Amino acid sequence: MMIDQTVVDLSRAQFAATALYHFLFVPLTLGLSFMMAIMESVYVMTGREIWRKMTLFWGTLFGINFAMGVATGIVMEFQFGMNWSYYSHYVGDVFGAPLAIEGLMAFFLEATFIGLFFFGWDRLSKVGHLVVTWLVALGANFSALWILIANGWMQYPVGATFNPDTMRMEITNFMEVIFNPVAQTKFVHTVSAGYVTGAVFVLAVSALFLLRGNHIELAKRSIVVAASFGLAAALSVVVLGDESGYVATEHQKMKIAAMEAMYHTEAAPAGLALVAFPQADGSIWEIKIPWVLGLITTRSFDTELPGIDDLVIQAGERIRNGLKAYTALETLQADRTNEAARTTIGETWPDLGYALLLKRYRVDIENATDAEVAMAAADTVPDVWPLFWTFRLMVGVGFFFIAFFALAFWKASRGTLDKHKSFLKVAVAVLPLPWIAAEAGWIIAEYGRQPWAIEGVLPTFYAASGLTVTDLVISLSFYVTVYTILAVIMVWLMTKAINAGPKDYVALLNGETEEVPQAPSPTAAHPAPAE
Amino acid sequence: MDFIPIDYESLRIIWWALLGILLIGFAIMGGMDLGIGALLPAVARTDEERRVLLNLIGPTWEGNQVWLVLGGGAIFAAWPPLYAVSFSGFYLAMIVILLALILRPVGFKFRGKITDRRWREAWDWALFVGGFVPSVIFGVAVGNVLLGAPFSLDATLRPQYLGTFFGLLTPFALLCGLVSLAMVATMGASVIAARTEGAIAQRARIYGRWAGLAALGLFGLGGLWVAFGIEGYVITSTVVTDAASNPLNKTVARQAGAWLANYGNQPWMMIAPFLGFVGLGLAVYYLGERWNVPAILASGLAIFGIVSTAGLSLFPFLLPSSFDPDASLTVWDASSSHLTLFIMLIATVIFLPIILAYTSWVYKVMSGPVTPKSLGRNPNAY
Repeated sequence: MMIDQTVVDLSRAQFAATALYHFLFVPLTLGLSFMMAIMESVYVMTGREIWRKMTLFWGTLFGINFAMGVATGIVMEFQFGMNWSYYSHYVGDVFGAPLAIEGLMAFFLEATFIGLFFFGWDRLSKVGHLVVTWLVALGANFSALWILIANGWMQYPVGATFNPDTMRMEITNFMEVIFNPVAQTKFVHTVSAGYVTGAVFVLAVSALFLLRGNHIELAKRSIVVAASFGLAAALSVVVLGDESGYVATEHQKMKIAAMEAMYHTEAAPAGLALVAFPQADGSIWEIKIPWVLGLITTRSFDTELPGIDDLVIQAGERIRNGLKAYTALETLQADRTNEAARTTIGETWPDLGYALLLKRYRVDIENATDAEVAMAAADTVPDVWPLFWTFRLMVGVGFFFIAFFALAFWKASRGTLDKHKSFLKVAVAVLPLPWIAAEAGWIIAEYGRQPWAIEGVLPTFYAASGLTVTDLVISLSFYVTVYTILAVIMVWLMTKAINAGPKDYVALLNGETEEVPQAPSPTAAHPAPAE
Repeated sequence: MDFIPIDYESLRIIWWALLGILLIGFAIMGGMDLGIGALLPAVARTDEERRVLLNLIGPTWEGNQVWLVLGGGAIFAAWPPLYAVSFSGFYLAMIVILLALILRPVGFKFRGKITDRRWREAWDWALFVGGFVPSVIFGVAVGNVLLGAPFSLDATLRPQYLGTFFGLLTPFALLCGLVSLAMVATMGASVIAARTEGAIAQRARIYGRWAGLAALGLFGLGGLWVAFGIEGYVITSTVVTDAASNPLNKTVARQAGAWLANYGNQPWMMIAPFLGFVGLGLAVYYLGERWNVPAILASGLAIFGIVSTAGLSLFPFLLPSSFDPDASLTVWDASSSHLTLFIMLIATVIFLPIILAYTSWVYKVMSGPVTPKSLGRNPNAY
């Protein structure tokens, strides 16, 4: 049976939409949780009430964001089985483990203590509550670790082998899965990006307060925390992003070639294209900095970086080799005792995924023509131009934030930031940038891996569930509608909470009710403090 | 895999039991929140009363829902074919559950931010749907597992589902959905009765007793239906308990009364339905006597008994196929590899006790009655 390409395309669109949407809330959770923990630590150490007020104020905004993250996160976990059932069968033995451990070790911690963070202020000692806040931050970051171990395996599937009896990938070495170099660099790069997001958020909102002349004490202190935390994070995001590039060169050569629009192999060390545009005659007009790309990606002067053309030729060879594994697998399915077939699979399974690329063109792929092999090999090239430009966008934002936080740190440490109205206006204006960079990063990592769901092992189209177009139309319209409504409500509530500013939490905690509008229900005896 | 100290067969049984524990964990912990959501409009009539209920579960519901997330993760990691077949097969039902699970976190958080009456009533409705709908659908899902789902597997083990959404809503499955709803409502009512005061607590006792009685009757009816109304499944080929996980290497037949066969072979298993009945009966009695904590424990016992009954009746089946019974997923042929099951067991043995410890601590910190007065003191109250 041929796989319905419309179902595959809709499933991909749905996964991209729901993942990109979920990833709007994740970076802020990662960054803001640590900054709240830092602020509360200062409160516990100095005993100064303003720092508790800061923790509570940023905590309110954190809570709105966190609720959205939880609501959209559960969709992600279920979606693998719902929309990618063959993926779930084919790699669940490996990919499921880090996801389940994420639940056991991280999400349980985060979700259990988030309740105490909000409801435990008057029930815990100062230090007790501080520990709770740190556990929330740790839980969020552990969560990112295990999710990125799972994602790292999709980019570079180590520590596993194909089992022809169960028709799936199985773990052979779990330590290799955990200490996967791609996963480790991705983790530090991604959490650093989250810290930058948190810092930009705190800085922008505080700058808004300073411009309005509101909540000056809270804003000035928040800016100091944001500027120092943000500077460290911005440096680390770029340095570790560069490390990601180096690691990707070793394991995902096609992604690097596509990101760089490098159609032909260049003599080492390759130059880095700052900008490039395809011309009508098929050539490319570009501005290149000599040597830089080769140095970044290979850390040497003489290692050649393969271009797209050479990589497609290699893919063609791997498809033909993979067909040997596929033919042997069919033999084995007919006769489970055929040891020769078993041996062939043992030798050629790493290319089996390449043979499966042919499934897009015919069912009996062992009879594929040369033309079909060529088409399948060409399929291994991701879309070059979207990757080329999103990569430059992300890197540009990364470098901008180093400069931005360096300036903020310098001004903040001299205590003069509130006098620089123009800088404060810029600080408010750049608020969307970390989200744009984070989404760009997701696109490079995931869209850049296409056509693979698991690099070199499982093509994306082959991984989809056998759903109908109607199923997908219903679910996709559902997500778009619900997510759009929630986005509008969330932005509105966030703005409202920021405009309301910090409240007199001390009075509230001491049992004095705040001056608030009358509770809506006429039967309510007590006025409800609006949060 | 010589270095794995536990054999494959034992690991499969352990993981079957662990899956049961995680699902029971969700049915009890998450069930109390879902039950309170389903009772929200009936038990709490004014905004203030509703705030009492929302703040009662507010500090702990997020942690409780992780039992479901973990259940999903454990199915993915330990029973990948089950995850692949069931989540894609029940696609539109899953979408309905997701709608409810998306509405809950934002509902709790967003409702109290605005004091407008229509705003709050809209979110009350969303939170009611978010409690009521999953409670029913989880039960409907269990009903469909007992009936068998119409799916096939090809030689590459690619699942194909041949049913429809409305095909899931058979009378027997709907009965299971009602058992599930009544069971979590009893639990939710017991918690409300224990932790609130006045009119809310009184209404909760009344609704809780009705829910408990309904659960008692419906669970008994379900048992009769399983015995006389539907066919179970049996493996007819030789059972190999430590073979590679491939569901196509066996034959299966449908047989009337097969779901009761385990109780004949292993009479001790009768304790599960027994606990279901006794737990529900005691919960109804304790609610009437205003013995609050015993009522919660009895409701928990009932949930443990009822969910275990479903699991034990099915064993060794995880998800039978009504379309191609031979492709049914069982404990012996739908698990992860020997090594993965072992790694996941180590992770569970380390982390599950830690989770239980800090969850108990959080409940201890947050213990005590929730009243309108106590809400005023918390700046973060819902």
